[in-house]
Formats: sequence, C-alpha cells, structure tokens
Amino acid sequence: MNNGIQMNADGTLRHLLSLENLPREVITEILDQAESFLSVGTRKAKKVPVLRGRSVFNLFFENSTRTRTTFEIAAKRLSADVVNLDIATSSQSKGESLLDLIDNLVAMQADMFVVRHSESGAAHMIAERVPEGVHVINAGAGSHSHPTQGLLDAFTIRHFKKDFNDLKVVIIGDVLHSRVARSQIQVLQALGVREVRVAGPKTLVPQTMKSMGVTVYNDVDLALDGVDVITALRLQNERMEASLIPTAQDFYQNYGLTKERLALADRDAIVMHPGPINRGVEIASEVADGAQSVILHQVTFGIAVRMAVMSLLVG
Amino acid sequence: MFDTETLADSLFSQVRAALDEHTILIGIHEGGAVILDYLLKRLDIDVVAASVDVSFHRDDFEIRGLAKNKQSTSIDVDINDRHVILVDDVVHSGRTARAAVNELFDFGRPQSVRLAVLVDRGERELPIEPQFVGGLVEVPRDKRIEVRLDENGGLVINVD
Repeated sequence: MNNGIQMNADGTLRHLLSLENLPREVITEILDQAESFLSVGTRKAKKVPVLRGRSVFNLFFENSTRTRTTFEIAAKRLSADVVNLDIATSSQSKGESLLDLIDNLVAMQADMFVVRHSESGAAHMIAERVPEGVHVINAGAGSHSHPTQGLLDAFTIRHFKKDFNDLKVVIIGDVLHSRVARSQIQVLQALGVREVRVAGPKTLVPQTMKSMGVTVYNDVDLALDGVDVITALRLQNERMEASLIPTAQDFYQNYGLTKERLALADRDAIVMHPGPINRGVEIASEVADGAQSVILHQVTFGIAVRMAVMSLLVG
Repeated sequence: MFDTETLADSLFSQVRAALDEHTILIGIHEGGAVILDYLLKRLDIDVVAASVDVSFHRDDFEIRGLAKNKQSTSIDVDINDRHVILVDDVVHSGRTARAAVNELFDFGRPQSVRLAVLVDRGERELPIEPQFVGGLVEVPRDKRIEVRLDENGGLVINVD
C-alpha cells in the first residue's frame, strides 16, 4: 500500500514508511550499506560528511528515548544537523494541527523527518504532504510497524547467521500488539526465511496470526525446538492492566526465556530483544547477559542501519 | 594500446626507492587496491599496507548516491606520524585523491601523504599532483580507464 509514495519512479527509496512490499533488492541494499557504515562507529572521528548541511527533524509524538537517540546519533555521524521536537509538550498542546506543524518545519528548510507516532498513518500523511526532496522515515507507528527495527533485526541475523533460507526463527511474547514483530516478520519473509514461528499466550498470540504466514505456538517449549534465532518481545504493562495476562510472574513462568528454555533451541541460536528489557519477565538475566545474547549488538547495528537508510533516501 | 609493463616498472621503481620502515602503502578502492596488490607482490621488503574507500567523502554523493557493493576502508595500523603513500590506478580530476586524504585523516595525522598512480591522464580540477607516476596517457575526456589484473597476474589497461 505504501509503495506508491515510498518509492521513486526509478525504483529507489524516497521515504521509509513500511517494510510491507519493499523489494528484496532495496532491503539488501540497505543492509549492505549498513555494513560499510558500521566501520564509522569504530573510528576515532566517528563522522562522515554524507549528510553535511542537511537538517533532520526528529518528530516524536510518543516517547522513546532510545529510538530517538539512535536516530540522532545516526544523523550526527552523517554530519547532519539534528533538531529534536518533543511534540507532546509543545505545539500539539497549543492546538496546532500536525500538517501545519510540518508546513512550518518545511518552511524552515527541513530535509528529513523522523516520525514516531501512536497512529500508523501519521508518517504516511506527512510523506504525502512534504515537497519533493524532503524525506520521511517511520520510526515506529502504533502497533503497526517499525521498519528500521525490522531492518536492524535482519542485519543482526545476517551478521551472525549469513544465509536466511534455512533459518528457523521464533518471536516470543506480545506478538499481537508488537510493531517489532510485524516488521521483523515482513523483512524476514522478504529475505526468504521459510520458517517464522510466533509463540505466547492465546490472548497475545491468537491462531488468526497464521494469516501472516507464520506458525503459531501457544506452547513456547515446542516453539523453541531447534530454532536458530529467538526474539523475546518486551511485555508492556498495559497488557496486564487490560487483563490479557494474569501477572508478570505468571508470564515469566510460562513464556519467559529462561536458560532451560534456551537449551531447547539450536546450540548456536542467537537471542535478540528490541529493548528495553524487563529482566525476569520476558527474559532471564542470565540469558540476556549470556553468551548467546546479541541484544547489545542490535543497538550498535541499529545506528549503522539508520545511517544507511538516511543516506539512501538522500543519495 | 599502452605499454603497461613499462608504466608498471616505472611506478614500481619510483615507489620502491621511496620506501622505508615508516612508510604505509594505502590503496584506494577499487583500482588503487589492484595496483597496490601488484606492487606488493613485486616488493622484496615487508611493508605495511591498508586500503581506503572514498565513498563517504565523495563530492558527487548528491548526484550519484553511495556506491553499491563497495569495499570498506581497512586501516588496522596507527597512521599517526607515519609516511603514507596513497596508491591509485588513475589520477584525473584529483577529486578521488582529495576524498582519500579526507578519509585518511579520519584515522589520524600522518607525517606525510604522497600519491602514486599508474596513469596520469591530466585535466586536473584540484591542486593535487602525484609524486610517483607510471606515465602520462592522453585519453578523450568521455572515456573511462580501467586497470585490472589478468589471469596471469599482469596488469591490463582498458579504455572504453
């Protein structure tokens, strides 16, 4: 649905709004570019002039310090000027409409908007509004999508596992409300992963998810059998408030990624998590900090992936 | 069309004469790395080698975007206070060498930087001159020169 506005006529990326229907070549190009940006972070001078003189506006209608920080670092390592707008406490409270805000920022010569919003259509709406030469990146929208997270998950998996075709991947937890899960499923399917499993209680992982082309498990031990990649999702407190699960302790007991459960997976399986982690809820501390955990690698890779996306949009 | 052997011999002897234990040879991807490999195979002394990719410092990023499938910069040594010789296949406008110097300085402050090229095709657009040149070659402005290794490890120059 987004491809009309997301891509230029020549097949290059204009905005990154969703991974849905994003061609495999574009995904691979982003991952390849991210590989070369990874080295920038290891230099003494962690800066390259690719976006020099460009203005990147971080529009966060929803709090997410971590995602905002990684986008900010990515833009700064590309030498862009970054402006962070904490919308919740500024214009929206004065009654200014979203599109009026965008028009004003475009009048300030914005080159790129990084948008986090609880509504899935917000980034899309902004992309339709901005003039040519201005780019929009969806930095997480409602429970719908979080494309750069999906890309960094794919980058992490490719880094440790090389070939996608024969991988068995499982996503555990609140899959139903998770934009991370949705984006990861989309990107992995586009890259040719044949076996994506989702696991969790029926309230959070209903059988209807089969329509996404994944295998649904309500028994997490069965889901973990022989997998190569495990993603534990963050369990939001709202889910307990909405009585979708009894208690955090109960969730941990039945679905938490413990050392014993991890042993059911392939012995070289990697453990991922989008962060921030709830220790002792969706994942045990010893697993999160263990040898198979690549959670902090995901953070480092996330910056390189965001640098790649930003430079591909502009270049 | 070109006497590649003569160009390569000439470049080799100039570079060889300039080498000492403080020198680092750094090839510029893609073509310069080919020349560097060729030089290293012929060298009778051990010398520290590395490579740079200039994509991040190109001045035509807005027009051409980032190069695809490129090799990354690989500098595993401390370049501070060292004598660097940048190696490229061709010098033309001088823009690649400019970008390579910028890339290099992201890693430290070398004592000196010199430029070695197999082919100088003239028409400089920047105040950059190579110190070591295999030879001057005249090629129409719209043609591309490509240097590669043939199956026997010899250098071949293509113009198209």
